[in-house]
Parts: sequence; structure tokens; C-alpha cells
Amino acid sequence: MRHGVARFVTGFLALPVGLYLFYVVWPFLQAAGYSLTDWGGYSDKQQFVGLDNYLRLFSDELIRKAFWHNVFFLITVPLFTIALALFLAFLLNVGGREDKAGIRGVFGSGLYKVIFFFPQVLSLVVIAVMWQQIYRADGQGLINGILMKIGLVGEDDPITFMHDPEPFLGVPAVLWWLLLIAVWSGAGFYMVLFSAAMQSIPKDVYEAAILDGAGRFHTFFRITLPLLRDTVSVAWVYLGFIALDMYALVFVMTPSQGGPNHASEIFASVLNFTAFQKGQFGYACAMGVALAIFTILLAALQLRITRRERIEY
Amino acid sequence: MSTVTHTPGGLAGPDQTPPPTRTPASRAALGGGRAGARFFNGFSHLFLAVWAIMVVYPLLWVVMSALKTDAEVIRKPLSLIPERLQWDNFARAWTEGQIGSFFLNTVLVLTGSVFLTMLLGSMAAYVLARYEFRGNRLIYYMFLSGLTLPIYLAAVPLFKGVYNTGVVLPFLGPNSHFMLILVYVAWSLSFTVFFMHSFFRTLPNAIAEAGMVDGASHSRLFFSVMLPMARPGLISIGIFNVLGQWNQWYLPTLLMQSVAGEPKNQVISQGLIELSVNQGYRSDWSGLFAGVTMAMLPVLIVYIVFQRQVQSGLTAGVGK
Repeated sequence: MRHGVARFVTGFLALPVGLYLFYVVWPFLQAAGYSLTDWGGYSDKQQFVGLDNYLRLFSDELIRKAFWHNVFFLITVPLFTIALALFLAFLLNVGGREDKAGIRGVFGSGLYKVIFFFPQVLSLVVIAVMWQQIYRADGQGLINGILMKIGLVGEDDPITFMHDPEPFLGVPAVLWWLLLIAVWSGAGFYMVLFSAAMQSIPKDVYEAAILDGAGRFHTFFRITLPLLRDTVSVAWVYLGFIALDMYALVFVMTPSQGGPNHASEIFASVLNFTAFQKGQFGYACAMGVALAIFTILLAALQLRITRRERIEY
Repeated sequence: MSTVTHTPGGLAGPDQTPPPTRTPASRAALGGGRAGARFFNGFSHLFLAVWAIMVVYPLLWVVMSALKTDAEVIRKPLSLIPERLQWDNFARAWTEGQIGSFFLNTVLVLTGSVFLTMLLGSMAAYVLARYEFRGNRLIYYMFLSGLTLPIYLAAVPLFKGVYNTGVVLPFLGPNSHFMLILVYVAWSLSFTVFFMHSFFRTLPNAIAEAGMVDGASHSRLFFSVMLPMARPGLISIGIFNVLGQWNQWYLPTLLMQSVAGEPKNQVISQGLIELSVNQGYRSDWSGLFAGVTMAMLPVLIVYIVFQRQVQSGLTAGVGK
């Protein structure tokens, strides 16, 4: 019998573990190794250079720029997405009429939920190509077209969107426009998530609050929001990962994948450019390792900050 | 889960009390007053409707532009009603834009990769969740670590590894469907194992023991008892994987580049990127819109049909 168990366990694990080791673990380990060399990627020549690549990261102007752009997305994407999603969930769940049974959800909330979720099932590439047309820098684009029609934007002075490196609040405009897409595509999903969490809060909690004379705003800010803390913090961590992954939008939408004039450069775009255009694989791997360390530290930090005692109900 | 919708006539579900008249006590308790509530209700509708339009309008605009002529796209970019429906835009994107073959490639790859991901993922998760052996934790954490590491870090060696394998075994080299299937499976295992692991843990022991007493082998127990019991979890993670792999763009862009003369085995995401570049040069805007529409509609339709499962499937993934 014991023997049978060992054979069964090995048999079931062999293929998945093998595949995972070969296509995921091994590349990661190799990347860590290459990051200590000056390997160019196409030749077999490589020299051990120690931590040189890592030291170079600190003095690299482009990396510094990309780093701050990543930080920008890391803060703004979760912040705006969660704020909007919470607001929508709030309207959806407490915007309805009140009666003896308490405060109702808005009429048609089921339909709204279905619609708001649409962008979540579309791929980032579809969204990027679509928004490329929406953001066109002439009257043929959806936004410019509308603004020209109502006269807010002159025919020969359209908004340039992806080609606009001018800073707005200290951050290149192109990044704000990319942020808008991220919020547009993410808000619905998190609204559904928050909505489900709100509905799992027992009704008698609300009834007690209403008996105590709390209105809907009070109820929301004093009861619903604190009880949603767990869900919101999980959402924050997830959105953090998504924010690090804005590369699809940058890749498809911005001029020369990180432009104009490096205004939309992020870690991933610099890494890919360094590896596959400049042919500096060793250096690119060092960037990757740095990004990985950054990600893990960040995830740990976020989990630490948001951890708090759970409220059971 | 209870939904908080209500019907226009004030008729509520059986669990709610319908009378719309209020006692003085409750009116005092509700604060804001009737007018305030009505205003808030109106505001909610307005804001929700505006956001709904912001989501639907661009999608509708893309679909409708796909049915216009190029001249119309340029002349009347905003109109949602084409003068005549130009179905041949779709035909052009399908054949000339090669969306058709990209579509076929994606379906081919996904059929294999989703099936294998589910099979291998639940096999590994099951063994890790329910059997004690040395190295169990190590393997579990190895799978888990893949969730935090950015894919870009592995890009360079992965590309090199696939290229080198291709020299010896061409069917595992770049631009091969089979290779892409295996890569998708490997990269989807982390989350699948993580998700199914927690699922298998919750299944009761008694049934497994009863099965063993009846003389079922370990693998028989898995396939005919435990796997069927894990169905809700399988559906969730299945939806997650189908959408995730359908939407995958970085791995194929990295690994599915056809060198001159080779057949184009690209998947739909790459096809769209290519289309957006090519049709841009040719100013074939309606063809581009048709391509986007074709990539978008199947997923949207599947979602609308199975919206309940898709929503709960995807949100369950975050909740864990």
C-alpha cells in the first residue's frame, strides 16, 4: 500500500512539475544568473561581471524615469479604480428607494452589473487597439470628434493624447490618458466584487443601524466601508500587480513603445527594448531581477499595511 | 447571496415586506426625508447611466464603424448608423487581415492548453492537498512563487530555451502550436494549483475513505469521486483560464514569431496588433474595426450568456 502511494504521487506530479520547472522556474533561475554577466544574447560569449549591471541600474537615467512612471501607476491605478468602483457599488446598492424593509438597491442593478463588467472580459490588446481609435489625434477619433462637434476643441488644435509628453501635475499627459483606460477597464470588475461583499453583510446589521437613526450615508461610511476593508485591501494588492503590467497598453498605443521621447517608458518597456533591440541580455536580466525584488517587497508591504483583525459575521 | 433589486411596482421578493407606507417612527429614523431620498435615487440612476454609456458607447462605436465604408469612417466618424451595412469589411479582415487563421490558431491552442491546464493543475493540486510526503510544501511554494514574479524577468531565457529546444525538436521550437500549448499550461499552473489546492482541502475525508474501503485505486478515486465533487471549483478556474489564455499577448509575441517562409501561427492578440499597424498604413479603417469587432464579440456573447458564472468565477479568483 505505501509503495502504491509513492508511485501515485510521483505519477500525478511528474508532468505538471516537469513543465513548470522547464518553462517557468528554469528561466527565472537563468535570468538571475545572466544578470551577473555581460551576455549580449546572440553570441555564446559572456563574461562574469559581478554586480556591475545592478550598479549600472542606479545611474541609468531611463530606468529612473521608468521607475517613477511605475510608481505613478502603482498609486493612481488602485486609488482611482477602487474609489470609482466603491462609489458605483454604493449607488447600486443603496441608491434605491427606502421603505420599511430598509434601503434598497437601485432599480435595474442587475443590468448595470452586466454592463459594467464588459471591459473585464475583453483582452488588453482589444482594449488597446480600440482606444487607439478613440484617442486618435484628429476629428476621426471618438473623443476629438465629439469635442470638435460641440466646439470645445478647434479643428486644427485637437488633443494629441498618446503623442503628448507635456507634463500635467508633474506627470506626462500620455500617462494620464493611459491611466484613464486602466480605470475604465477595471472599475466594473471591482464594483461587482465590492457589490458581492456588500451583499454578504447580514441585513440585521443595517436594520439595527436604521433603528438607531442612521441615514444611508452614515450607514455606508460607518458600517459598510469598514466591513469591506478586507475586500478592498485584496483589491488593492491585485490592482498593484495590474499597475505593474501596463505594458500591453504602452506596447500597442504609444509611439515607439514608450514614447514620445520616453514619456511613457515603464520598467517592462525598457527591459524589452534593452534585451531585444539593444541586445544587452545580461543588463536586461538585471532589470528583471530588480523588478521582481521590487514586486515582492511591495506585495509584502501591502499585505502588512492592510492586515488587521478580521471581523467575523 | 441575495440581490437587492426591486421591481417598479414596489413589489418585492418574498423575503421583503412590501408596504410602501411608512410609520412615523421609521420616517424619523431615515433622516434625509422623502425628497432627499428621491433626489438621491435620481442622482444614482443618472450617474450609473452615464457610466453605462461610457462603457457601451465605445464598444458600439467600434461595431458600427466596422459596418461603414472607409469614406464614411473619415467623413462621419461619430455616426452610429452606417448608410449601408458593409459586411464585406468583415470578409476582408477575415481573409486579407488573416483574422480567420489567427482565430483558428487561437482556438486550436486554447483547446489543448485549457484542457491540459485543468487536468495537470487539478492533479498536482489534489496530490499536494491530500497526501503527506516529503517535499510537499516545497513543491507547493514553488508553484505559489510563480504568482508574484513578473513574466518579463523570464522573457529572455524563456525565448532562448524555446529556441534551443527547437533546434533539436522542431515541434517544441518557436512558432509551434504545441510549444505554445505547453508554455501556456506551465504559466497557468501557479494560479490553478493555488486555487484548486484550497478547494480539494475542503472536500470531506469520509467519502475518500469510503472509496478506499471499496477498493478504488488512488487515481480512480481522484477521477471518479474527487474530481466530480470539485466541479464548482473547476468551472471557476476553467473560466478564468479560458479568458486568461485567450487574452494572452506577451507570451505569443515573444515566442510565436514566424521567420520568412514559415506559416504564420500567430494567435488573435498578435493578429490584432499586426492589423492595427498594417491597416493603419493602408488606411483600411473599416477593416481594422471589423477585426476588433470579431475579436471582441465572441467573448462578449459568451459572457452575456454565462454572465452569472463568469462574474462569480472571476471574482472568486480574487476572493481566495
